[in-house]
Amino acid sequence: MPTPDEIYEQVLSEETSKGSSPAVAQARAKAARVRAQKGAAKPATPAPEASSGDGDGAQPAAQAEAQPAAQAGAQPAAGATARPAGTATKTKPAAKPAPGNGAPATKTNGGGNGAAVPERVQRLLAVVKPESIQKVERQPMDRVNVWPHLMAAEFLALLVVMALLTFFSVAVDAPLRELANFNQTPNPSKAPWYFLGLQELLRYFHPQVAGVTIPTVIIIGLMVAPFVDRNPSTRPDDRKLAIVLFTFFVMSFAVLTIIGMFFRGPGFNFTFPWYDGIFFEL
Amino acid sequence: MARSARWNPREKLAERMSSFQNGQLWRSIFRPGSIFRKGYADSPRNRAYVVMNSLLYHLHPVKVKRHGIKLSYTLCLGGLSFFLLILLTITGIYLMFFYRPSVDLVYSDMQRLHTSVSFGLLVRNLHRWGAHLMVITVFLHMARVFYTGAYKPPREFNWIVGVILLLLTLLLAFTGYLLPWDQLAVWAVTVGTEMMKNSPVVGDQVQFALLGGPVIGPETLLRWYTLHVLFLPFIIVIFISIHFWRVRKDGGISGPL
Ligand code: HEM
Repeated sequence: MPTPDEIYEQVLSEETSKGSSPAVAQARAKAARVRAQKGAAKPATPAPEASSGDGDGAQPAAQAEAQPAAQAGAQPAAGATARPAGTATKTKPAAKPAPGNGAPATKTNGGGNGAAVPERVQRLLAVVKPESIQKVERQPMDRVNVWPHLMAAEFLALLVVMALLTFFSVAVDAPLRELANFNQTPNPSKAPWYFLGLQELLRYFHPQVAGVTIPTVIIIGLMVAPFVDRNPSTRPDDRKLAIVLFTFFVMSFAVLTIIGMFFRGPGFNFTFPWYDGIFFEL
Repeated sequence: MARSARWNPREKLAERMSSFQNGQLWRSIFRPGSIFRKGYADSPRNRAYVVMNSLLYHLHPVKVKRHGIKLSYTLCLGGLSFFLLILLTITGIYLMFFYRPSVDLVYSDMQRLHTSVSFGLLVRNLHRWGAHLMVITVFLHMARVFYTGAYKPPREFNWIVGVILLLLTLLLAFTGYLLPWDQLAVWAVTVGTEMMKNSPVVGDQVQFALLGGPVIGPETLLRWYTLHVLFLPFIIVIFISIHFWRVRKDGGISGPL
């Protein structure tokens, strides 16, 4: 029984003599070697597998590796009847009986006379297990061209936002109050709206807590969130706690900001906008 | 004379245009597969080339998951944040033409912008409302990412980059807020920076560094102007590049749920 390396050499020379390009010849030889190695590990498997699948009742071609070369002229078809032959192909009745020594089914691409049985090569290609040649990592999935599908959507979103923003800018002017005057503090003095939640917190906590500790905790908390939340699922049903916590956080801040915007009047005291008006500018 | 009976300028122009588009100059600008090339056909190959053979390839792959382009998943919020940043850059450059960051000049420059610069007020409005809107879209983008669980492995790092982008966006908005130098601007910034004074140990130093002095003054204006038009945009562009690069390296848009 030839070793896998011998099989490699043998297939390589057969392929080369057949006129295959060096790359193809090498690839086929390597594949044959891998099959031989695998087959050698569990020599018993090929026979039952082949016989069970062989619909024609012909001899399962658990073929010795020496065979192809020997039979190249006489029985070119036999080389094809390797393991899956029963399902994939019609085995020619004349298929040569296997030597029956339980040799592994190393389906060398033997039978150097490729021209005589053109389909044979294709059948063998279908047999090759992907992992013996390459590892398929990416699953095929439903993909669409960025152009035009994604870019059309992006362009549309851009136009809509641009249009809305332009209308708004034509309709509403940005505020420009009187020149800065450091001797005259406006009442109330409010931070920009995105910091009003923090300014609101100043009413309840020591400045160091509201102005430094809480913002720092928020930033660090956001940054470590992916490492704290170790739940791998992205299904909303599996992440109730995360969703509740985040929603609570966002809502609290939204409420604080809205209070700061509309419910704080002179002296940053509580007011109702519908009694005293709105003390807030963007 | 071999000339045709009627001289048709329209036909002539089309002919010129066509030969120009077949010429070396045009073809050197628009690479194969460009929709501006003569004879662009809507073939699968050209659809790939439109992205692959152009600058777009830095932003988009040739193909994306079908689910990734569903508007209901990303709501386009990241893309819109980026678009708003570009819009703010363009309008901001226009405003820079008419703005001198010195306390003696700045307010009158603002008034002139409103009254005597073509489209000055409109451009200022676009810049200001666009800035507020960008804070909102960036925040909503973060919320979208959270609710879809898109911060989970392998996207943890891009989430961190995102948090930095959120901070940079807020800083850009806040530094810009001072620049009109009116009562609204300086007092809002006073309130905002008062908070930082409370940092333990280094509070006063932090505030001094930010304001360029113990209180808001001419140095503050120049400092914040430089941060706003140069430093922060520069930094945010770097982080956005990392952000976009990681979106692709992490396997495109996450999901489906
Ligand atoms: C200047 C601000 C930002 C810009 C321009 C930006 C832009 C984008 C864009 C264009 C995408 C592609 C998907 C989409 O449009 O939703 C994206 C994805 C993502 N962004 Fe942002 N982003 C910004 C801020 C943030 C923030 C504040 C966070 C979170 C704290 C964040 C976290 C992420 C993550 C994790 C992804 C991947 C999402 C996925 O695969 O589904 N980004 N970003």
